[in-house]
Amino acid sequence: MTATTRRAGNPAAELGYDQPPARKGFFTDTSICIGCKACEVACKEWNMVPEDGLELSGMSYDNTQGLGASTWRHVAFIEQPKSLGGQATNLQHEGVDALALAGAQTASPPPATRPQVDLGMPGAALPGADAGSGEATPFRWLMESDVCKHCTHAACLDVCPTGALFRTEFGTVVVQDDICNGCGYCVPACPYGVIEKREGPTGNDAVGLAQKCTLCYDRLKGDLEPACAKACPTESIQFGDLDELRERAQVRVDQLVAAGETGARLYGHDPDDGVGGTGAMFLLLDEPEVYGLPPDPVVTTRDLPEMWRRAALAAVTMLAGGIAVFAGRSNR
Amino acid sequence: MAECHPVGFQWVMEAKARGATIIHVDPRFTRTSAVADLHVPLRAGSDIAFLGALVNHVLTEGKEFREYVVAYTNAATLVSEDFQDTEDLDGLFSGYDPEKNVYDPSSWQYEGGEVAAAAGHRDAQYGKRTGGDSSEGEKRSAGGQSHGSGGPSVTGGGERDETLQHPRCVFQVLKRHFARYTPELVEEVCGIPQTVFAQVADALTSNSGRDRTSAFVYAVGWTHHTVGVQYIRTAAILQALLGNIGRPGGGIMALRGHASIQGSTDIPTLFNILPGYIPMPHAHQHEDLASFVEADAGTKGYWGNMPAYTVSLLKSWWGDKATAENDYCFDYLPRLTGDHGTYNTVMRQIDEGGGGYFVVGENPAVGSANAKMQRRGMANLDWLVVRDFQLIESATWWLDGPEIETGEMRTEDIGTEVFFLPAAAHTEKSGSFTNTQRMLQWHHQAVEPDGDARSELWFYYHLGRIIREKLADSTDPRDRPLLDLTWDYPTAGPLAEPSAESVLTEINGRDADGNPLSAYTALKDDGSTSCGCWIYCGVYADGVNQADRRKPGQEQSWVAPEWGWAWPANRRILYNRASADPDGKPWSERKAYVWWDEDQGAWTGHDVPDFKVDMRPDYQPPEGATAENALRGTDPFIMQSDGKAWLFAPAGLTDGPMPAHYEPEESPFGNAFYAQQSNPARQTHSRPDNRYHPSGNKPGSDVFPYVFTTYRLTEHHTAGGMSRFQSYLSELQPEFFCEISPELAAERGLEHLGWATIVTARTAIEARVLITERMTPLTVQGRTVHQIGLPYHWGPNGLSTGDAANELVSIALDPNVHIQETKVATCDIQPGRRPRGPELLEYVAGYRERAGIHELTGTEANRR
Repeated sequence: MTATTRRAGNPAAELGYDQPPARKGFFTDTSICIGCKACEVACKEWNMVPEDGLELSGMSYDNTQGLGASTWRHVAFIEQPKSLGGQATNLQHEGVDALALAGAQTASPPPATRPQVDLGMPGAALPGADAGSGEATPFRWLMESDVCKHCTHAACLDVCPTGALFRTEFGTVVVQDDICNGCGYCVPACPYGVIEKREGPTGNDAVGLAQKCTLCYDRLKGDLEPACAKACPTESIQFGDLDELRERAQVRVDQLVAAGETGARLYGHDPDDGVGGTGAMFLLLDEPEVYGLPPDPVVTTRDLPEMWRRAALAAVTMLAGGIAVFAGRSNR
Repeated sequence: MAECHPVGFQWVMEAKARGATIIHVDPRFTRTSAVADLHVPLRAGSDIAFLGALVNHVLTEGKEFREYVVAYTNAATLVSEDFQDTEDLDGLFSGYDPEKNVYDPSSWQYEGGEVAAAAGHRDAQYGKRTGGDSSEGEKRSAGGQSHGSGGPSVTGGGERDETLQHPRCVFQVLKRHFARYTPELVEEVCGIPQTVFAQVADALTSNSGRDRTSAFVYAVGWTHHTVGVQYIRTAAILQALLGNIGRPGGGIMALRGHASIQGSTDIPTLFNILPGYIPMPHAHQHEDLASFVEADAGTKGYWGNMPAYTVSLLKSWWGDKATAENDYCFDYLPRLTGDHGTYNTVMRQIDEGGGGYFVVGENPAVGSANAKMQRRGMANLDWLVVRDFQLIESATWWLDGPEIETGEMRTEDIGTEVFFLPAAAHTEKSGSFTNTQRMLQWHHQAVEPDGDARSELWFYYHLGRIIREKLADSTDPRDRPLLDLTWDYPTAGPLAEPSAESVLTEINGRDADGNPLSAYTALKDDGSTSCGCWIYCGVYADGVNQADRRKPGQEQSWVAPEWGWAWPANRRILYNRASADPDGKPWSERKAYVWWDEDQGAWTGHDVPDFKVDMRPDYQPPEGATAENALRGTDPFIMQSDGKAWLFAPAGLTDGPMPAHYEPEESPFGNAFYAQQSNPARQTHSRPDNRYHPSGNKPGSDVFPYVFTTYRLTEHHTAGGMSRFQSYLSELQPEFFCEISPELAAERGLEHLGWATIVTARTAIEARVLITERMTPLTVQGRTVHQIGLPYHWGPNGLSTGDAANELVSIALDPNVHIQETKVATCDIQPGRRPRGPELLEYVAGYRERAGIHELTGTEANRR
């Protein structure tokens, strides 16, 4: 069922780069991610992104919590009461909904089921004297390394008044620290919530400036792959020519679906989506929302031309009206 | 493996992509389980029950690779009539001394003979073989401390029954021994449902045989037990029965805990072996080189060449000073007088005091079992040298350790002089790493170390140089070993860094003319060759640093022999003669690896044959042949004196010739297999600072109703010295936490992200609570058992902090290797933070009192 993969446009060529290289991007195959976070660390090391908080989140092993000014790669960990393809986990849980408890940030069970706290005194019965019945509980642990999508139609770039955000010859979207004035227009413009202004630490050169993944523009210029892809031990993060990655992604998703992983899907691969397809595609095993990704992202500047057209029409109409009024007056 | 060895795990993922079935057996659902086909949660400490049942399944269902088993294992060999099994003695093997808790292994021998082991305790029969007698203390030290991988000298084993029908042949002994290891008992003991067990058994047996192979990968989850060595033995038996050793895609892979831990075993930082697994000599009376070799070398197999390996080692260390007349300076070697292992050393520090201690790349103050004892030992020294990147807890316990808080120690009372010496990182020095595949990979210095940081090589070379200068005028004979050492490494650069490559050339060895040797087969016992580690001989063949080769995989064969260098002789799979059938033909085209080429009259194939290259498959040793020539052309296990894989180990182990399931030192359950509760030969050290819990149905065991296990996370490295001080790693796992199931949270009223106090008889620690369905309750012996997960990386120093899980762990040791049982013990868990200061001591004393713990608790011979 291999669908013909549509080729991504090359925004660099459209922008007038003279014979730009093939558009570069990422294909992140979450089905083989092992959650080692090497991508996060390699990214920070290479790009000198500062540490941004020592906080135990309680969200599985995800203490990074999301992309931001000082997190350009983020590995999400999702513990789910669903089965993964043909996997057998043999976990057995009965009667206690861990996810509900964790979600509520409290594990206090209802008082009725809560045993008396005995402070270690020997009790009459051993804990757990009533054993369970033995049906395995559906469970899977999804991991996904998220990154800037390097959209074909990038709103952050559209709204940047200084030209700090620009489209590189590789088709990627990069902020130039020395041009950014920290206006922050790009922050709400991003449909994925990727770009942010760096708030700290004090003394960091980029405090107050918009920050996000550069797809390691400096490494690309030196013919090196981005740090995250280089560090990934399982090739969950693949870097390359976007057109080739699309084909590879399609083959992989077909393979997984054929193997019974019916939830497998691509995300960001469609040039007809709301951002014109992304430069960073993902193979997901569940709905995008599960991973904290918008299901139907739309470039926030999509309607701007139309809005301008309408505004212009309104202005012309007003102008015409005014002229008519004056004309009418003179005719009188 | 994905958790602790993510880089190596890429190959597992690649195997999976090619269709391999990945099974992950672990009490916890980890990052490995997340991508495995089958996760098998089991009760920590029950692996021998599980593996033993797989052995039983193979034997009763006839799933063994019969031709391989008959030809290449000792299945057909007859065992002595004196041997009695656990079946006969309800959980004990013959030879047990209940007074001393040790075995006399003499009844485990082959019919009509005596065998020394290829590995492990080769020296237990020392007195017998050399005709002398040794004191009880020496016997114990001999039995327990000689870890050489020396040559088994088979004097028996000639009696074979290749039909495997004789009641005393190993195959039948094994069959009877494992008969009680049934799927029903697996379910009862491990908490693994029979259907799941059947899945594993089917996957394993259907992927083993002529056309297919299966591999086992383990780490310290198997070794850190009071019966840990026997875990590995069980896997070895299983793999030998299935024909999965010496063949591509097979094997048992030991994942090591640090970079180059394999290297530091090959060229050891252990007290009981010399380089290349030559045992450390004991302080036997009148022992000289000849009697040392007599006691430890085999006459058959490659260990028959131990004199050449040993003399070459002595020549490498003492050069021209080592001559035939002075026994090649054999007397310069230190002698063992007993167990000088790390835990014994710590207890001596506490009890006797004094002395010095080097702590290098270790953090025992939080990283070793019973961390309090580690600190107490360090507090009782004359001096302590800590070499590390950071001010780890082992360097600062005297100022702000837990005992200062509880009032057990006062800084002003501590007499230990502590030196902290900053260490250079791997990027700041050249050298080699030896990985778990025995492969050496060279790394080059990239930058000079900062400030006072120096490499280990720099430190020890210059320390030796200065000591030798200070002793230069000494006439004291005891200084001769130091003064006569070859200590002439060239130095270079602003820091006078010794040349790591010159060390490598010394390890590789030289011939009489000083030329680098190319293989250990060239080593001589006449003093004409030198070699710092015989198994590394060839790493500098042709004067080229073979470990520095980096030919990309796509530019060479799939075995990739030109990437780095693997000992011995650049063999990538050991015992690979077994990849061919007895006639020397590949077992199947699909699994062809090494085979006999009749035209060439030589073994050939994809790898370097691990066999005498011109020994025909039909070779029969003539009378009086020795060493490798005493083996047959069908004996692939060339380090064994009978050339066979041992399903039954007639020598070499201190706790039985076959594995048996014993409960951990601390367990909520009685042993469902035997009346014997735990490993009868385990080493316990009950002392006020190291009390054990009652187990099974003993009164008080319910005070500690839960099982805990300790482990590592991807984000941190061991005891944290290399990660808790790094912001990029600390932010990924910023705090110590415990992992528990929702059911346990409900049972104890624990809140997600709240605090929990975890208590043992040793002490109590606190951890943030992570409630997760990845921790599953198991049904064992008809009731639910909860297991608590405790990553052990933390301590009070650094950016990411927390109590150390090792505070909870007792010192209870495997008798073969003296490793501690950090993988399983019992505990209690309560909501809230632990008491502070002296109240903590009272709190824990209260637990000990309620559980009725006394000096003998957990140390009894332990019959049910």
